Amino acid sequence: MSHHIVQADNLHYTYPDGTLGLDNINFKIHHGESVALVGSNGAGKSTLLLHLIGCLTPTRGDIRIGDYPLNKKNLKSIRRSVGMVFQDPDDQLFMPTVFDDVAFGPINLGLPEAEIEKRVTAALETVGVPHLIKRSPQKLSGGEKRSVAIATVLATTPDILIMDEPSSNLDPASRRRLIHLLKTFTHTKIIATHDLDMALEICGRTIVLNNGKIVADGQTIQLFQDVKLLEMSGLEKPLTMQGCPVCSKEHPPVIAR
Amino acid sequence: MHMADALISPAVGGTMWAVSAGLIGHCSKKVKNEMDDQKIPLMGVMGAFIFAAQMINFTIPVTGSSGHLGGGMILSILLGPHIAFLTMASVLTVQALFFADGGLLALGCNIFNLGFFPCFIAYPLIYKRIAGKNPTRKNILTGALIAAIAGLQMGAFAVVMETVLSGVSELPFRTFLLLMQPIHLAIGTVEGLTTAAVVFFIWRARPEILNAAASSAPIGGISIRSVLTGIAVATLITGGTLSWFASSNPDGLEWAMFKTAGVEELETSHNLHLSLSEVQKKTAFLPDYGFQSDGSELLLNEKENSEEYGGTAATTEAKKHEASSWPSIDSGTSVSGLIGGLLTLTLAVAIGFILRYKKSNV
Amino acid sequence: MANLQNNLFDIFYMDTLASGETWLHRLDPRAKVLTTLIFVGTVVSCGKYEISMLIPFTLYPVAIVALANLPVLYIIKKMTLLMPFAFFIGIFNPIMDRAVILKIDLTDIFVWMDSIGLNNLMGLIDIIGLKGIVGTIDVSGGWISFFSIMMRFCLTVGAALILICTTGFDSVCMALQKFGVPSPFIAQLMFLYRYMFVLIDEASRMVRARALRTFDTGHMKLDLFAPMIGQLLLRTLDRAQRIHLAMCCRGFDGHIHMVRKMDLGMSEILFTIGWFFAFVIFRMYNIPIGLGKFLSEIL
Repeated sequence: MSHHIVQADNLHYTYPDGTLGLDNINFKIHHGESVALVGSNGAGKSTLLLHLIGCLTPTRGDIRIGDYPLNKKNLKSIRRSVGMVFQDPDDQLFMPTVFDDVAFGPINLGLPEAEIEKRVTAALETVGVPHLIKRSPQKLSGGEKRSVAIATVLATTPDILIMDEPSSNLDPASRRRLIHLLKTFTHTKIIATHDLDMALEICGRTIVLNNGKIVADGQTIQLFQDVKLLEMSGLEKPLTMQGCPVCSKEHPPVIAR
Repeated sequence: MHMADALISPAVGGTMWAVSAGLIGHCSKKVKNEMDDQKIPLMGVMGAFIFAAQMINFTIPVTGSSGHLGGGMILSILLGPHIAFLTMASVLTVQALFFADGGLLALGCNIFNLGFFPCFIAYPLIYKRIAGKNPTRKNILTGALIAAIAGLQMGAFAVVMETVLSGVSELPFRTFLLLMQPIHLAIGTVEGLTTAAVVFFIWRARPEILNAAASSAPIGGISIRSVLTGIAVATLITGGTLSWFASSNPDGLEWAMFKTAGVEELETSHNLHLSLSEVQKKTAFLPDYGFQSDGSELLLNEKENSEEYGGTAATTEAKKHEASSWPSIDSGTSVSGLIGGLLTLTLAVAIGFILRYKKSNV
Repeated sequence: MANLQNNLFDIFYMDTLASGETWLHRLDPRAKVLTTLIFVGTVVSCGKYEISMLIPFTLYPVAIVALANLPVLYIIKKMTLLMPFAFFIGIFNPIMDRAVILKIDLTDIFVWMDSIGLNNLMGLIDIIGLKGIVGTIDVSGGWISFFSIMMRFCLTVGAALILICTTGFDSVCMALQKFGVPSPFIAQLMFLYRYMFVLIDEASRMVRARALRTFDTGHMKLDLFAPMIGQLLLRTLDRAQRIHLAMCCRGFDGHIHMVRKMDLGMSEILFTIGWFFAFVIFRMYNIPIGLGKFLSEIL
């Protein structure tokens, strides 16, 4: 796969109970791009992400990952190139120890044992928690859990990273570490989040969802200045773009390019 | 309700281990063959659910005591008998290891008592017949109530059987039964009510869950015939091993006498006649040995026995020797037993201290 | 509520103990599981009136607790908490079985104490007046078997606790898998253990939320209990689905494979065989009686 493109064409999804999930979603995300997926609760962010990893099948429309359409036949090979970090790390860390958990993906890829160990150490080092290798997930702090959850995905060396609310439930320091970490990744990233400040720092592009529809798709810094759009989508300006509470001056935010 | 290691004999424990292991193997194969890999995390998390749910108590009206969710029945209703059995077995294993509920040898008994009956008897034969196809409020309630009570009654009966067959506890079969069954009628009612209430809640909130479970669970995955065969085999094995144990360890009372009286006195006079008379003696006063506390009656019995057997003077002599040695236990031996016991215990503890001391100094 | 949290902390604590770094902790789990099973088997196979024979068996838990640096008080406390069950069933033995099968002649003990020069102690006994009152103590079979039950209980429960505290649950599972326990059951055990923590936490949050809004004494009634458990159940089912998704995303194909280095070396073989012979000897020869006899003879 030369181009890690993620493309949605005319995507529709209706839940079994008849609720509209996604309505005519179209986008094309290019190799190496970082895209924030924002919108109010229930706007369809998670539903869209589940489509991108083939967990939900669209009622209508197509998804292409790289050069292949996402369907049952090549689901397996597509999942090798797409890694998803779930919102609740407890759902993602299901094995008895951190090692087993990070090794789960590589083992399923059928790698030799020596390579598996190498991948596990490398992934844990990347997220900065190699010392946790023997611990069991239930004994990790929230931040540590998140790091390990990211490592479990990195160990399968995906080209595309999909994340659902990666900064939720993190203390400020852990959140900061996460942002630094994500900035170093060269993968194509799609991040669903309510943390608009993080989106501003990491993602050059933002897609705004509302009621299952894309209401805006463009440069993050531009969209976040559109107060009307944000208000309509149940969002508000990132704090870094709001006035300082002490001197009421606006400071230039850190923007991702 | 949990059987404990301290109350069972290796024969019973071992047999029940074998039976439960066989059932686990059977269910594992079944689950594997179904190839629904979604079930793997589902089962595990449901086990954890039972674990957590059992720790939430509610107050039983009128009595004021507290009750909680059982497990086997609701798991069967939601997941079908095979998965439910595996899940129950895993819950009991964790309980045995961490909370020492029951113990390791009794684990086989506990898995069988609390897993097999609700999952493979009460659920398919009672609940499924009543509420499987047509889950209305009334059907769910009657089905769950009757099935839970029946499952627990069978489980309680199995506990009694296992305890009595093991022979460690002195509780007579009837007393124990009369003690256990009514208690488990109450426990079963509580389990039935809670199960029905929770199932009813699920049925209203997410009916598709119940429908999926009802349709995917194969009815009669285990046929009655194979169940009966299994039980028959288990009985045979238990009977066989029990009788073997029984013959090598004679009647508890007699055996204890051997130990406490010291073996050497008996050894000198041990012969075929003597052992025959032992057998005879045992049968002669077994019915009322519970009331025998002094030697006078025994000697009487002994006389009768020796007269009956006639025998040579030597054997009579030997028997008399034995008989007199029995009620008036050689206290010298018991004292040395006491001293030796204390000493061994001290030694064991001392070794522990030395080991730890050595370690902390390394 | 307190119950929920306490149980969680308890398991947590045992888990922490199991991550110790002693030689025993590092021993292959198979050796420890097998030894524990042999231990429980031999202990339980002792006759029902056996007390003295059980005493040497205490060496095993004591030695392991010492070698593995386990907190003695914690283990004892845990066993005591579990005692009532065995006690209630065992206590029927003295009631049902009243035949005297052991007579302890106290004068014999006094004579013996005199002979080894414990005169001071004798004086004390004289002062209490014990010597005059009690000549012999009659012990019924029921009491003996009762104490035997309690001893077995302590030994077998202790062995299970020690196994978990030195080995850890997941290693026990791996050992069981190597012993041929079917893999779906192993996966089941591991999932249960992993999510037990998550769900107990979730359950206790629900219970707490309810308790904070019930201002009376807070008895939970069945009509509240059912929706609560039902909610927990629905959340659990959703979670199972999410976990399955997470597994699929990382290439889950219906089988859980694990890479775990386990090797049976010389120390494992020596450990298992050594204890095996020790248990067999404890079971075959009544060491305390032999020792006591030997001592009374030489004194």
